[in-house]
Amino acid sequence: MPATVASATTSSAPAPSWRRRLFGEHPSAWAFILPSTVLVLGMNLIPMGWAFLLSFKASDLVTPGHWVGMANYRALGHDPNFRSAVGHTLLYSALYVPLSVGGGLAVASMLNRRIRFVGIYRTAIFVPFIMSAAAEGVLFSFVLDPQYGVANSAMHGLGIARQGFLQDPAQALYVLVGIGLWGGLGFCVIVFLAALQDIPKELMEAAAIDGARRWVVFRKIVLPALRPVLIFLLVWQTLDALQLFDLVYATTQGGPLGATTVVVYYVYEQAFQFFHAGYGSAVAYVLALAMFAVGLLRLLGGRVQRWRRERALAPGGAR
Amino acid sequence: MSAVTAPAAPAPPARSARRRSLRDLLPFDPWHLVLAPLALAFALPLIWLFVSSFMSDAQINRFPPTILPDSLHVTGYDFVIGHALFPRWFLNSTLVSLVTVTSNLVLCSLAAYAFARMRFRGSNVVFGLMMATLVVPFQLTMIPTFLLMKSLGLIDSLGALMVPGLVSAFGIFLLRQFFVSLPRELEEAARIDGCSRLGVLVKVVLPLAKPALTTLAVLTFLTTWNDLTWPLIAISSDHNYTLQLGLTSFQGQHHKEWAAIMAGDVITSVPVLVAFLLAQRTFIQSLTSSAIKG
Repeated sequence: MPATVASATTSSAPAPSWRRRLFGEHPSAWAFILPSTVLVLGMNLIPMGWAFLLSFKASDLVTPGHWVGMANYRALGHDPNFRSAVGHTLLYSALYVPLSVGGGLAVASMLNRRIRFVGIYRTAIFVPFIMSAAAEGVLFSFVLDPQYGVANSAMHGLGIARQGFLQDPAQALYVLVGIGLWGGLGFCVIVFLAALQDIPKELMEAAAIDGARRWVVFRKIVLPALRPVLIFLLVWQTLDALQLFDLVYATTQGGPLGATTVVVYYVYEQAFQFFHAGYGSAVAYVLALAMFAVGLLRLLGGRVQRWRRERALAPGGAR
Repeated sequence: MSAVTAPAAPAPPARSARRRSLRDLLPFDPWHLVLAPLALAFALPLIWLFVSSFMSDAQINRFPPTILPDSLHVTGYDFVIGHALFPRWFLNSTLVSLVTVTSNLVLCSLAAYAFARMRFRGSNVVFGLMMATLVVPFQLTMIPTFLLMKSLGLIDSLGALMVPGLVSAFGIFLLRQFFVSLPRELEEAARIDGCSRLGVLVKVVLPLAKPALTTLAVLTFLTTWNDLTWPLIAISSDHNYTLQLGLTSFQGQHHKEWAAIMAGDVITSVPVLVAFLLAQRTFIQSLTSSAIKG
């Protein structure tokens, strides 16, 4: 058998032609990747450059538009609506990210044991993640309807006064965090659960036999093992929170009184409702840069960790 | 099993004594006391969604609320199915999702195979560029994508919903990782038997890659079916709405007709729930493994 393989490969390899030298070993590979390359690059790089140009223009999406230089970016600095949109996005992220990641870790730790119904619990918590933000938004608009909603009826039964929920400017953003958690916690749970199950059981048992407290086992064994996943989820959930839009559109549409106008909703409003496409692009670029910075943090975190490990392992290194 | 009955390690006395007594008092593991209410809290909105979709509006508005409908009402479903546009929206969503999933399976497989197994000039550059697009958020590109689709004459048509999603860089990455992990020997044997590259991909590689293909199909279906942002921007005529877009506008137009709105919500959500339940194991596995490996 090896003989035939060898002879087949040698006989099928002709002398390198100019085509081969120009296109590499498999010029036909280009036929495999061409449609994808055109679509992926065309749908990302072109719009990216276009958005960049747009952000220096005044454009209404219909007529060609004209250059305004840095005016859009300068205007951002003095726009109170932009500032409040950033504030809403930051407040949402500051609540959603730690609660979903921390809560996910807590729930996953509880589920990581051999008791009955674990499968049912896990599915119940994960299923909302599959639903669309639109379907979730419509459902919770109903459940939390101040007049007809079942939430107010139930609270009335407990002697609690009626709440405005999504229609109360003081509550709406917090209610959105709650709905976001209902829909997003399941993802953190299953990722943590998979990571927890990868930790060798012997390691934890050995620590327990040595008399380590549960908390110490968690801090010294579980947490370090979860570190990469923890960082991944922190970044992922932050990006998720910064991109909040569908849920807002399906529930409050930025209201009441602009209390839930987050950054992406502001971009949508500026570009597609007020037709300030140039200004909208400038806002989108600021958001994209913020997201990029968050992604970079993860990369840097990984680098630092690797560097530390290498230094620790290197002969004569620190330690 | 052994974890529960294992002899307790010498742990701090007060704590373990309390735990043991609680465990002795209850006929079940004490963690159920936390987990069961939590799971119920997550399930309740969905249960209420399902139940209220089978109620009459009078029953929904009754005080105090009833969890079980005293009689089954399908008026909500009747209204939605008899609605002038709702069935059309369902069809639009189905069509867009079907085209997007099929095209992703075909185009991602082709590209991923070339990146995994063929060496050609520029492959690293092109692959690197493609992976770099993964960090480009849609919010950045949505305004120009709108203009691009408009210049192609596709805006306000289902085509505008399909074209930007025909192939995904993430799908190529996912399949490439899987193809690389497959043993080369089978492919080489097929090559010796005179099979073309395309033949090897279709006859040897793809049948082995079913888990990865399933994941890609489910993931693509979920994101396409569930998307609201892009249809909202790209579509203006209500007969071209997708279900998600239709559902939100339906809620605005038929305010307070909650049974019908909930029936519409159920119809919107059932396809993704079915897709998820069918592929649950494979789907969760590859979702978590790609998260863990980064």
